Amino acid sequence: MLKFALRRLGVAVLVALTVSLLTFSMIYLSGDPAMALAGETATQQDIENIRRVYGFDQPIIVQYLSWLGNAVQGDLGRSHYLKTDVSEVIFTRLPNTMILGACAISFALLLAIPLGVVAAMRPNSLIDRMALGIAVVGQALPSFWFALILIFFLGITYRLLPITGTDSWMNFIMPSIALGYYVTPGVMRLTRAGMLEVLGSDYIRTAKAKGLRPLTVLFKHALRNAIIPVVSLAAVQFGFMLGGSIVIETIFAINGLGFLAWESIQRADLPMMQAIVLVLSIIYIIITFLADMMNAWLDPRIRVT
Amino acid sequence: MSDTVNKNASSMPSVAPTPEQVTEPSAGAVIRRRVFGHYGIVIGGTILLLIFAMAIFAPYLTNFDPILDQDLGNKMVPPIWHDSPKVNPDHPLGTDLQGRDYLTRLVHGAQISLLIGFAAMLISGVIGTALGVAAGYFGGRVDMVVNYLITVRLSMPVILVALAVVSLVGSSLWIVIWVLGLLIWDRFAVVMRSTTLQVRNLDYVAAAQAAGCSVPRIIMTEIMPNIANHLIVVATLEMAHAILLEAALSFLGLGVQPPAPSWGLMISEGKGMMFFDPWLVGIPGAALFALILAINLLGDGIRDVTAPENRN
Repeated sequence: MLKFALRRLGVAVLVALTVSLLTFSMIYLSGDPAMALAGETATQQDIENIRRVYGFDQPIIVQYLSWLGNAVQGDLGRSHYLKTDVSEVIFTRLPNTMILGACAISFALLLAIPLGVVAAMRPNSLIDRMALGIAVVGQALPSFWFALILIFFLGITYRLLPITGTDSWMNFIMPSIALGYYVTPGVMRLTRAGMLEVLGSDYIRTAKAKGLRPLTVLFKHALRNAIIPVVSLAAVQFGFMLGGSIVIETIFAINGLGFLAWESIQRADLPMMQAIVLVLSIIYIIITFLADMMNAWLDPRIRVT
Repeated sequence: MSDTVNKNASSMPSVAPTPEQVTEPSAGAVIRRRVFGHYGIVIGGTILLLIFAMAIFAPYLTNFDPILDQDLGNKMVPPIWHDSPKVNPDHPLGTDLQGRDYLTRLVHGAQISLLIGFAAMLISGVIGTALGVAAGYFGGRVDMVVNYLITVRLSMPVILVALAVVSLVGSSLWIVIWVLGLLIWDRFAVVMRSTTLQVRNLDYVAAAQAAGCSVPRIIMTEIMPNIANHLIVVATLEMAHAILLEAALSFLGLGVQPPAPSWGLMISEGKGMMFFDPWLVGIPGAALFALILAINLLGDGIRDVTAPENRN
């Protein structure tokens, strides 16, 4: 287990370093960063000054290493627009995105796992077909359009829920649904497929033959084994949600990282953009690492291979 | 995932074939029956063909230009099914905030969505398939490197990176296509890798190797035909994915730029008036939904029809 964990950790660190290199190289996408920063009215002297102050005159590898060294110590640079430390802003905004992501994934799992279990218990029944139908429709709904529909009906027409902000828990209901529904089809199909496979296995027949209560067989014996792939999927999807929350946060004006990213793009605030991409990528790497560890713990077969 | 159902369904009639069944219909007839007997393929294919025809014949379908024919005296005319004195039979789906015919913009928007979906899918398909097949066929070091590249790609949030890159490089139709194409190859690589891995240990690949075939020849004539059905399924999924991403980018203002009639952009433009004129958001959204639904149904259908365990 320790060997497996160390090897997996090594990969995670390597991936994080590559991501940081890619994120860093974003400055050079627009051509000369000093020129972009100086604006159109700048003189040659201004551009030279900016180049020196920001260190753009040094070799790229030196720039990258000093940026990386600062990033590792928690210093992600200064925002061009807000003129404050990037990390400070990010850590005040991060909780909202994490809350939204957690609510969205909980919504998705609470809806998808029971649906998947019921669908697997009665394959090809009406419930199974309905669940598959929901999955097909859900996968085709554009999230931003679905969010607008929710706002129109629940927010405007029936005035049930607040539309913008983060003042109370009510504000998180619609964004969580809009962000989470997209994951339900995948989780549901995976739960259903896993349950179908497990329910046909010998140990379930044995458990039934022993005379265990059907619910015990279903939850303690079957679901526990069928859920293992769902754990990985949920972790991966949670990571994707943090990145995808930019659309939903912008629509519902939730003060999280996604909204901050959108604002920073509008303000051409590159250090902020880089920091957000880096932070979200690192969170994804950590989450998938933890999910792999949890899977290895749940299923000893993974550790050996 | 739905393969499991199919296995169950196909394993049921395992009775010995009767004399009538032995004289089977031709292979073509079998395929035709399976394709046209599949609801998903029929419904999805029909919707997709309609949208495709709409995109191709867009200039001939209406009497207006999607961008130039602005008529500020005639803005926000509601669609004909609305009970309003402003309704104008010249504009069956009404007009937008600049008085441009909504139907015209909708059919021209289909061109943008289909072009972006198809082109981005092709780019990502070439990258992902090359990486995936190489990883699956050669294994070892190559496999390790490809797996590592996939992990790196998955770690970076697609929409965020696409937005950042587009905002730095500038946004045009082809930049959006290339950015999306270079970002969404991961699923191609994952699926092609695992399917190649399954196929490469089969006897006919060993036979080709023993006969002295070159590696490119084995990959092109032995491996590719046998993983092509998976490739097509991923291609449909990724086309839908690219179309959704383009719409989201345009909705956020960093994809296709106005005045182009992208569906995502139309939703974004109508958003401010949504409370009074919900159809401004409803119509392009419904079109987007129908297109994605059609592509997904077709993809699921192709997977069902081409799955070997369904051949009975």
